[in-house]
Amino acid sequence: MNKKKLINQINIYRSVLILLVICIFATILSPSFLSVTNLFNVFKQITVAGVVGCGMTFVILTGGIDLSVGSILGLSGVLAAGVLESTGNPVLAIALALAVGVLCGAINGFFVSFCEIPPFISTLGMMTLLRGCVLVYTKGSPISIKSDAYKFFGKGAIAGIPVPVIILILLFLLAHYILTQTSYGRSIYAFGGNREAARLSGISTRFTEWMAYTINGLLCGIAGVILTARLGSAQSTSGTGIEMDAIAAVILGGTSLSGGVGFVLPTVVGAMIMGIIDNILTLMNVNPHATNIVKGAVILIAVLVDKKVKDLSAKAE
Amino acid sequence: MNDNIVLHLESIVKTFPGVKALDGVQLDVYRGEVHALCGENGAGKSTLMKIIAGAQGYTSGHMYVNGQEVVFHSTKEAERQGIAMIYQEFNMVPDMSVAENMYLGRLPKTSYGAVDWKKLYQDAQEVLNRLGLKFDCKTKVRNLSVAESQMTEIAKCLTIGAKVIIMDEPTAALTDEEINILFGIIDDLKKKDISILYISHRMDEIFRISDRLTVFRDGKYIATKNIEDTDYDDVVSMMVGRSVTNLYPERHYEKKEVALELKNICGKGVHDISLKLHQGEILGIAGLMGSGTIELSKIVYGAIPMASGEVYVNGEKKDCRTPKKALKSGIGFVSDDRKQEGLVLIRNIRENVSLSSLDKISKGIHIDKKKETENIHAQVARMNIRISGLQQLVGKLSGGNQQKVVFAKVLEADPSILILDEPTRGVDVGAKAEIYQIMDELTKMGKSIILISTDLPELIGMSDRVIIMREGHQVLELPKEKVNQEIILAHASGGVSENE
Repeated sequence: MNKKKLINQINIYRSVLILLVICIFATILSPSFLSVTNLFNVFKQITVAGVVGCGMTFVILTGGIDLSVGSILGLSGVLAAGVLESTGNPVLAIALALAVGVLCGAINGFFVSFCEIPPFISTLGMMTLLRGCVLVYTKGSPISIKSDAYKFFGKGAIAGIPVPVIILILLFLLAHYILTQTSYGRSIYAFGGNREAARLSGISTRFTEWMAYTINGLLCGIAGVILTARLGSAQSTSGTGIEMDAIAAVILGGTSLSGGVGFVLPTVVGAMIMGIIDNILTLMNVNPHATNIVKGAVILIAVLVDKKVKDLSAKAE
Repeated sequence: MNDNIVLHLESIVKTFPGVKALDGVQLDVYRGEVHALCGENGAGKSTLMKIIAGAQGYTSGHMYVNGQEVVFHSTKEAERQGIAMIYQEFNMVPDMSVAENMYLGRLPKTSYGAVDWKKLYQDAQEVLNRLGLKFDCKTKVRNLSVAESQMTEIAKCLTIGAKVIIMDEPTAALTDEEINILFGIIDDLKKKDISILYISHRMDEIFRISDRLTVFRDGKYIATKNIEDTDYDDVVSMMVGRSVTNLYPERHYEKKEVALELKNICGKGVHDISLKLHQGEILGIAGLMGSGTIELSKIVYGAIPMASGEVYVNGEKKDCRTPKKALKSGIGFVSDDRKQEGLVLIRNIRENVSLSSLDKISKGIHIDKKKETENIHAQVARMNIRISGLQQLVGKLSGGNQQKVVFAKVLEADPSILILDEPTRGVDVGAKAEIYQIMDELTKMGKSIILISTDLPELIGMSDRVIIMREGHQVLELPKEKVNQEIILAHASGGVSENE
């Protein structure tokens, strides 16, 4: 009985356990890992992937996937930078970035939910299309950002805590509230678990699915602002490949790719695992080209351990 | 006589967890005969067929082909012994030709190892000709009619060298003319000493083509008879054979005002159905599988599209084009397939029970968990659902408790009209009685129920009035006093003409 309880506890906090193991390794491998500056650094570096992963959790909980997140992030970033360049108005720039994110997400949702095109295909199309828009708009060259008010969202700090980290925490708490305390959250889980049963229970399934992609789009817009504000410029390639980091964070957080099972808070743990691996490899001066090998291997091992724990927990019941 | 027996089964037992699907059944199939298998849904026919075809194993018993004992581990092994089955859903590759499908996995090869197309088409066409089929073996299966696909399946059985062909409801999707062609082919097969095991709900067909028939009931062997020695009533009474016990509460229904009226409902598999359901009434709708009863319920609930027709609730015309709208109009629905359509098995009891009533327990978008917990505990107590806690996953509950969770969910939405499709399918007797009790209580509270069931004792035991459907049409309405299983089966299967 006690063993069963223990396994269940491990099962619930398995992503945290994996994170702890990696932290211990990191501390052994590099003494400077545990310094406050470095930890803040890690936090700052995961904000973009974390925010995107937060939105991605909604989509994956419906049983879908969104490959276009990097392109949405890139487009909102360059358009915001463009508006800043011509008007100098940061409020307008941020509003536009968020609106673009929502719009792109809504289009994704429209294709997936109302046109019933498989999410992998429709968001793959959007990914290419939106990246094309970014390239056409920037003509391939970066747009630099001068507004300090805008940069505050990437570089600023309140009471010593970096602003992007505050945004990240607030977004995750809000997402957690939506998923666990609201009727919309219930609809997402029901939809992801069994969409026909959800429909026959009177849930507006099309709206539920559409909304998940739209929320994801909004979060990509926010991530676009954070990234450009931190870098002080908007690049045509920004956000490329972030979809894989975000998906990895969601999966490391224990959310099931088939939908209906998982939480949003562990996604931030997943993002931290990814961030720490990156960080420790940098601290150890590992050849940057080789980091992907380690990252990939750690993801595979972590998912393997995760599955093992889940199986054990299922057996213990 | 013994030489004449091609297939012999002895004391076959098949148990599924908690259920005995087959309880020591026997069967003899003679060379070149058409042998019909009769029984209600759940009598064990399909399980037996799958065992014979090698698609399923059995717990104990013996099976002999041509006097040799056999044990099949796969359909391939059964086919090697000359036993082939034609399923209700065909197993063919639509974009391949008829010839390729007939020889799938056994395509003739040239000495270089490539497909010998010439020989393939020659052989295939020869088999088709032998069956008197008029289509080209190079036709893609996608372009065949349902009947032609079925003929192709039969042709495929011949190329395997089948001596026993099992046909499961082969006429379900055929027109009268196509049925005649099929029966012609069956006659030819008989002459070639091939035996047919024939399953059908349509009594008239069984009496038209079978030589002998075997009746099963509740997983038990009842009798085997020559077709000349039996008649329609005899077979039906053997199939039914159960007496209605006091599983069912005593109904005291007095006619009140109309709660639900359907006018000329048409849709997939449903033709022009009109009916009235009164307050506090249980209206039973009987019909065989595919008769449109389930479709009717889903159309009214908005789960599948309505082609035309009108729905009135308490005299008011309502829009029920989606389940959400139907629920809002006061119509609740329990699906016949709780696992696919009723529950989210990977989520817990709390979330499942609240799923249809999220509006009622929320302020804005925020769920009032305290109110929710109170409501669910009340439902759990009322339905007597045995659970370890509200966080328990629904997938871990027994069938009866799962079904009660579905009921709790629907009742939480507080509909005035309930449409129940097979409400006790796969539910043990104890839970069945509880569900019947709850249905009775609900009608006493003024709710009205449409009960759709192929479980005839249940339908008769619970209904205040019964409507019989066949092939999408309403064929008969009977008051409680005049209902019995024989009448329902006769009218539902078309064993009697509608004017009788």
